[in-house]
Amino acid sequence: MPFIPHTEEDIADMLASIGAKTIEELFDEIPKELISGQLTGVPAGLSEMEITRLMMERAGKDGIYQNFIGAGAYEHHIPAAVWQITTRGEFYSSYTPYQAEASQGTLQLLYEYQTMMASLTGMDVSNASMYDGATALAEAALMAVRSHKTSRRILIPQTVHPVYRQVVRAIVSNQKIEVVELPFCPESGQVLPESLAQSNHGDFAALVIPQPNFFGVLEQVDALTDWAHSKNAFAIGVVNPTALALLTPPGEWGSKGADIAVGEGQPLGIPLSSGGPYFGFMACKNDLVRQMPGRIIGRTTDLDNKSGFVLTLQAREQHIRRSKATSNICTNQGLMVTAATIYMSLVGPEGLRRVAAQSHANTLDLVDQLEAIKGVKRIFTGTIFHEAALSLPAPAAGVLAKLKQKGIVGGLDLHGYYPDLGNAVLVCATETKTATDIRAYTDALKHALSS
Amino acid sequence: MLIFEHSRPGRRNYSQSPIKPASKSAIPQNLLRKSPVLLPEVSEMDTVRHYTRLSQKNFSIDTEFYPLGSCTMKYNPRACNSLAMLPQFLSRHPLAPEDTGQGFLACMYELQEILKSVTGMAGVSLTPMAGAQGELIGVMMIRAYHESRGDFARTEIIVPDAAHGTNPATAVMCGFKVVEIATDKDGNVDLEALKAAVGPQTAGLMLTNPSTLGVFEKNVAEMSRVVHQAGGLLYYDGANLNAVLGKVKPGDMGFDVIHINLHKTFSTPHGGGGPGSAPVGVAERLLPFMPIPIVAKEGETYRWITEKDKPQSIGRLSAHMGNAGVLLRAYIYVRLLGVDGMHRISEFATLNANYLMAELRKAGFQIAYDNRRASHEFIVTLKDIKDNTGVTAMNLAKRLLDKGYHAPTTYFPLLVPECLLIEPAETESKETLDAFVLSMKEILREIELQPDLVKGAPHSMPVRKLDDVKAARELDLSWKPSA
Repeated sequence: MPFIPHTEEDIADMLASIGAKTIEELFDEIPKELISGQLTGVPAGLSEMEITRLMMERAGKDGIYQNFIGAGAYEHHIPAAVWQITTRGEFYSSYTPYQAEASQGTLQLLYEYQTMMASLTGMDVSNASMYDGATALAEAALMAVRSHKTSRRILIPQTVHPVYRQVVRAIVSNQKIEVVELPFCPESGQVLPESLAQSNHGDFAALVIPQPNFFGVLEQVDALTDWAHSKNAFAIGVVNPTALALLTPPGEWGSKGADIAVGEGQPLGIPLSSGGPYFGFMACKNDLVRQMPGRIIGRTTDLDNKSGFVLTLQAREQHIRRSKATSNICTNQGLMVTAATIYMSLVGPEGLRRVAAQSHANTLDLVDQLEAIKGVKRIFTGTIFHEAALSLPAPAAGVLAKLKQKGIVGGLDLHGYYPDLGNAVLVCATETKTATDIRAYTDALKHALSS
Repeated sequence: MLIFEHSRPGRRNYSQSPIKPASKSAIPQNLLRKSPVLLPEVSEMDTVRHYTRLSQKNFSIDTEFYPLGSCTMKYNPRACNSLAMLPQFLSRHPLAPEDTGQGFLACMYELQEILKSVTGMAGVSLTPMAGAQGELIGVMMIRAYHESRGDFARTEIIVPDAAHGTNPATAVMCGFKVVEIATDKDGNVDLEALKAAVGPQTAGLMLTNPSTLGVFEKNVAEMSRVVHQAGGLLYYDGANLNAVLGKVKPGDMGFDVIHINLHKTFSTPHGGGGPGSAPVGVAERLLPFMPIPIVAKEGETYRWITEKDKPQSIGRLSAHMGNAGVLLRAYIYVRLLGVDGMHRISEFATLNANYLMAELRKAGFQIAYDNRRASHEFIVTLKDIKDNTGVTAMNLAKRLLDKGYHAPTTYFPLLVPECLLIEPAETESKETLDAFVLSMKEILREIELQPDLVKGAPHSMPVRKLDDVKAARELDLSWKPSA
């Protein structure tokens, strides 16, 4: 029996101890009329050899493509040690660290993670992670509304990832919070602080500021942060963690810094994996920490005054506060954060800066070469970080299909998200792309557009 | 020692990032970072040693037995991990076209179908990223259902007092008022209280069955009738589905919506606190409201169902499709177990729990709800011991750490004083359970002869009892370099 160690003799002895004749008898409190009988729709079990073969076949069918999509999930080199250490059984199969004394490994690692993320975002404190970037943003919106007290309105620019906006709406609308979307400048691809100043949005709890934004364009974060603060609202930065090695962190935006920083942690050592599991990070200023959802680790001392780590401020959480908790969230993305912490340790400050700088430089190269093709043009003038929106002389879907035949996943068709942009694709080249890869992509696109 | 304390300025891993600095940049000076990033400057070997050592300070299923009620710490087969980490699965971008992921989507589609069949539900979406998110999504569907019928008066969700904390927290997060109902002396939901609580304001009832008290809710059919008659819907918290898999189906019990914590029933790893994954299943009438995306099969081709196909969907609740890698692990586990293995999950979880309960009773421990069959878990109460000796459930739990066992769940459910909620899971052998009982007996003797030894536990962990009050009062949430 797979994964069940019982021998016939064990079963007999155990039943005798219980005073039951059969295992079936142990279910005698379930009303007879509810018993469902043999399951259907589940195939017979496979041996490990057979499932290996099946999964190899399925994986083989999917293949491996040259990927030029970013759009919230980025291909970066992941050092071999990251997942070898992360999948050690002591991390992989350990429980949530409620029993602190038996979980010092995970707890210390999370404390180190919090330190790294607080520094990277320029904030005072980080929690131990949320599900993903989109839900972290939704939780930040809820947190801002709880802290603001008078307004239940959130301003989100349309330069924020379209799916993030959908997720925020789906989650916060349950609590009668209004989401107002802000248009962007069609030339620069940014939210313009001067046009915000001219419009009247009434009282609002927070302004969301993406950096870089969904189009890869850098926003005028200082002016936007100061504008939100001048309206007595919070500034929530939604940021790419790799970019923060190069860019001003949210905690230093404008004259006072943003109040909350969130984002998708996937670029920090998590494989693309068709979308998950990733992790969302969340950090904030000290005065908001008691409104922050999710697990938080603190350093303390034991009976011998020796340093150790525990889950702290648990009075915010559902298992203590039940209906009065800051969120219903129970888990953090523990294993993903384990990988991210090891990743950040391995690359260090200079390594992360180089990953960011090379991704930026490769994207500039890619855009330069693609723009040399007739009819291919950058849509926005704003400075880009590591992706760019390009307009094509033909519908993107057909062009991307041709590229795919060459083994290239050539970018994201923006038509579904931003129909006004015409034949538009979002492309990305991280540090994993070589000059040869960029050349090959350029040649393939040229060919696709001419055929 | 923290990783930062191993750091030395200028130390680098030259192989782990681009060898040469980038040759160009277009980022204007005013947007560039001025402050240093506090990441450690350590060698690869230092990093590997540091995190290997940290891992060794953890208890884990691979190293210890966790009789941890409500959490189901079962063995995580290695094949589930290695096959979910095949390079083609890892390298696929979530927004890559569907035809580059037909193998992956086939696994997801088959998982949906298997979950539908074992739960008796009409539809399954894999998108929720943890149990609590599954609950949120489930309750959002309940709300969407009522509102689609123009019924805006249903503002209350009923939750038994034994429920997990996520249930009431979820209802509130979804904009509902929580109505708590009591448990009777046998551990069932008080049916009369339920009848009194329902009405035109009832949106639904959230129920865990078997309950967190480790007993099957005998009146579930009647409860279902009462709630449905009042116009409410039934939510099944699938936290304990592992106890009844192959015996009863939530769909047959009248539930309209369920979530399934994959780590509990289908052995995805706990990972030190996540990632979770909790597919939701729905009855016919909630199909239009399901969250997206969902995998559809058309001929031999798999594709994502999106907003276009489901205009009444409650929407998207993750940036992509949920925790794909966790779902792959669950799929592999299900295929390894097959149909017979599905039945064995509940049978052997129940056998182990009832055996352990019987042995601990014989050893002199007091069982709460002693007149009931245990499901996959049961409760020991130390109330008498505490009254007589001052030794608490927490003291005993910490002493178990010294004996090489993870502590059972303590002080949950809140209804039973000084409780230990014990769940052995089906993958543990009789020898392990017997050895655990021996250690429990030893602790009973220690309580009698050396109560201070037990009260001061643990003694053999990397740290002794930690000061939680100080942690909350003098917040130290990140390391600061000393000047």
